[in-house]
Amino acid sequence: MEPILKISHVEKYYGSRSSLTKAIDDISFTVDQGEFVAIMGASGSGKTTLLNCISTIDKVTSGHIYVADMDITKLKKEKLTKFRREELGFIFQDFNLLDTLTAYENISLALSIQNVPYKEMDQRIKEIAKKLDITDVLKKYPYQMSGGQKQRVASARAMITNPKLVLADEPTGALDSKSARMLLERFAYLNDEAKTTILMVTHDAFTASYADRVIFIKDGKIFHELRKGKQNRKEFFDAIIDVVTLLGGDLSDAL
Amino acid sequence: MLFKLSAKNMKKSIKDYAIYFFTLILGVAIFYVFNAIESQTVLLNVTSSTYEIIDLMINMLSGVSVFVSFILGFLIIYASRFLMKRRNKEFAIYMLLGMSKRKISLILLIETLLIGLVSLGVGLLLGIGLSQLMSLLVANMFEADMTSFMFTFSLSACYKTLFYFGIMYVIIMIFQTLSISRYQLIDLLQSHKRSEKVKLKNPILSILVFIIASCMLGYAYYLVTIGIDRLQSVDQIFIPIGLGIVGTFLLFWSLSGLLLKIVSSMKKIYYKKLNCFTIRQIGSEINTTVFSMSMICLMLFVTICVLSSALSIKNSMTSNIESLAPVDIEFTKNLDMTETYREEMGYTEEQREDSTISIAETLGNIGFDADQYLTDVLDFNVYATNDILVSDTLGSYYEEAKQKYPSLAFDSAETFVRVSDYNKVAELYGLETITLDENQYVVVADFDQWIPLREEALRRKTPITLLGKTYVPKEEKVTKGFLHISSNHINMGFFVVPDDAVEESIRQQNILIANYKANSKEEKTKIENTLLSLDASKTVLNASSKLAIIEASVGLGALVTFIGLYLGIVFLISSAAILALKELSESSDNKERFQVLRKLGADTKMIHRALWMQIAIFFGLPLLIAMIHSIFGIIFCNYILSTFGNEQLLPSIIMTAIFLIFIYGGYFYLTYTCSKNMIKER
Repeated sequence: MEPILKISHVEKYYGSRSSLTKAIDDISFTVDQGEFVAIMGASGSGKTTLLNCISTIDKVTSGHIYVADMDITKLKKEKLTKFRREELGFIFQDFNLLDTLTAYENISLALSIQNVPYKEMDQRIKEIAKKLDITDVLKKYPYQMSGGQKQRVASARAMITNPKLVLADEPTGALDSKSARMLLERFAYLNDEAKTTILMVTHDAFTASYADRVIFIKDGKIFHELRKGKQNRKEFFDAIIDVVTLLGGDLSDAL
Repeated sequence: MLFKLSAKNMKKSIKDYAIYFFTLILGVAIFYVFNAIESQTVLLNVTSSTYEIIDLMINMLSGVSVFVSFILGFLIIYASRFLMKRRNKEFAIYMLLGMSKRKISLILLIETLLIGLVSLGVGLLLGIGLSQLMSLLVANMFEADMTSFMFTFSLSACYKTLFYFGIMYVIIMIFQTLSISRYQLIDLLQSHKRSEKVKLKNPILSILVFIIASCMLGYAYYLVTIGIDRLQSVDQIFIPIGLGIVGTFLLFWSLSGLLLKIVSSMKKIYYKKLNCFTIRQIGSEINTTVFSMSMICLMLFVTICVLSSALSIKNSMTSNIESLAPVDIEFTKNLDMTETYREEMGYTEEQREDSTISIAETLGNIGFDADQYLTDVLDFNVYATNDILVSDTLGSYYEEAKQKYPSLAFDSAETFVRVSDYNKVAELYGLETITLDENQYVVVADFDQWIPLREEALRRKTPITLLGKTYVPKEEKVTKGFLHISSNHINMGFFVVPDDAVEESIRQQNILIANYKANSKEEKTKIENTLLSLDASKTVLNASSKLAIIEASVGLGALVTFIGLYLGIVFLISSAAILALKELSESSDNKERFQVLRKLGADTKMIHRALWMQIAIFFGLPLLIAMIHSIFGIIFCNYILSTFGNEQLLPSIIMTAIFLIFIYGGYFYLTYTCSKNMIKER
């Protein structure tokens, strides 16, 4: 299949010459269209920095990132905004819903920024709400919703624009295990059904086990890669745990 | 060490403090400017009677200053509270690090001291600069020639400013220390995490309240304009004022719900770009500030009315004088005082005797050479009798008029003037002359409130019977005119009758009008001073002169203008500053929200537009409602002040608009720029 995301020799350094920190140290990999990829690593491994670089919030020191054959490290500021708006969807650990808006309005913003007419917008919101099982909460405000509902609303907002790539930063980080499972099942369903490409950063093995492929990062480098293949989720989870153990207990909070 | 920390804090947050500083500096400068007027008037070339008015004005200004210092004091405390709130996390870190509350208070103390010193210094400098401009205005107001431009500095105003603001800063320090001592570490750390609950108002209730508010305001508007006749006594004016205040409050209470309801039902607009975000932001902002928004709206309303009325009073007062005081001097004397009246009023026997002779004789008695000083002399009597009162001349209209205008004096005696006497006066004054048949009369008046009454009576062809003979109106209209020189249109009406209609037995007053034999203002002033130096204590002679009228009205005009300007500007600053601070204090919440929008792909232009809209509506809404109030308010002020004439309303409204644009617009611009900086992507 076509690679939708191609990361080629990306490096990101912080600090000055005397005290250099390599947050990302020569990482390369590709994500195919319709794939569900998880990036695992301990705190400080560089996984969030990598995600920020892909999402154009941060800039790489060297290397290239291609999204659908477009080199986003070369984009100018105005083009970047357009790119972010049209090609990417974001899901954050702390949801980042606007507390003054209802769920419906929160989702609508993603479309209204792109000047989608109201009729089409309404239809699409209702459609995705059904898929994410949030039709009942559309009229509610964030403070009236549970964490799981909030994250599903945030996911709807990220996916409604049909982005080429959905970036999720610790999406289950603030959820209890039941809500987390429900959210991940929805992710898997959308990935399966709508062929949404999802790149998810997590340090949680359970969350990662819902993905097709898991990339392990340690100290800014790719440490290992696992593919789900024909395994079921439980077997894949065990395989992930094995790697986590191998990583040396850095991910001891993974369970 | 602590001093260094304070100084660094200030430097670091200079941008956040911009509005605070701006307000303090403006407050100090304006306080100085209006208290320094005293030192500028000393240099003016004006007569001694003008000085008396200036004295009165300065006393009133310093009285108003106390009131102003209260307003500014509250404003500054309010502002410093906002700034404290923003720094909760900083204080929490100090406390976590083990700094005692006393030391934190000390840091704040030093900061306030620094801010105080800097703002006082800069504000005084600005004030001294502005007061040089003010001296031009002062000279212009009192129509005095500035012999030469002089740099003025008022030490007393400077001390006064330092004293008043010193007290304010001390109060702030006490206030801050108190609130620090009440801080709990957990509250400080979590203060930014409070999740905002959207308190939504029931839309149906909102609409209902909005309708009630509109009705109240509509009725208040009606009462002060078309329905003004319904206000029969002075204390009834509180009805529209009360309705206006409550109506404004209810309007703002219902506005956020209503606004949301209306705009969100227009789905195509609501879901376009960031509109739904902006509307929600404004809605929640208005929702949390109903009280201050209403207060600000009312303050703006008062400001607009005060500024435009004060400026127009001054304009019209001075412009009327040339036509209303066409001669230099007018003497009047009540004639034929009775013995019982003398005793009642406490006049001396000498004065009673004086009341039997003419003005010309009296002037001779007290040593004034009329031939040497006066020209264009007219000497005549006016007549009155207790047999003909106002109630009689209104005839069949009296009962109705009494109900409609219960406060008017219907039981005073009417005045009669011989037609030949009046025509001579009219010629001298440049008024219309009158011809009468032998049984006719004409009413001469120029007081706007009395003219309709008089004309209704004339329309009913009300006859009057004077000394046994009956007269009928010649015309249905009153003739515009007056006898006594004055600064305003205050002639309630007198009757011009054929020469043989009156006789000396009912003479009431002797009037002598004349011009000075002089060509320049200096010479006229000289003659006037000669007159003033005469001893008239043994007579019942009264005099009013054009010069005195001009001085009095100029002085009164200046007094009203300065106090209006002072209060107007302070009110304007206060309301704009409160709005600005409120908006900025929310910018930390807004920062996160705009960050989310940015991640969703909203570009800078879109975000700035949303921010601009948000602030513009937040600032514009109270102004808009205040302006609607003001339309009716100014009409009402005009009615009240109609005796001063209202010819020049437009220039004063333009002046008011300039003030509004500069001060209110300045705050708006500053707020927008600061907010834009705060939400900037890093």
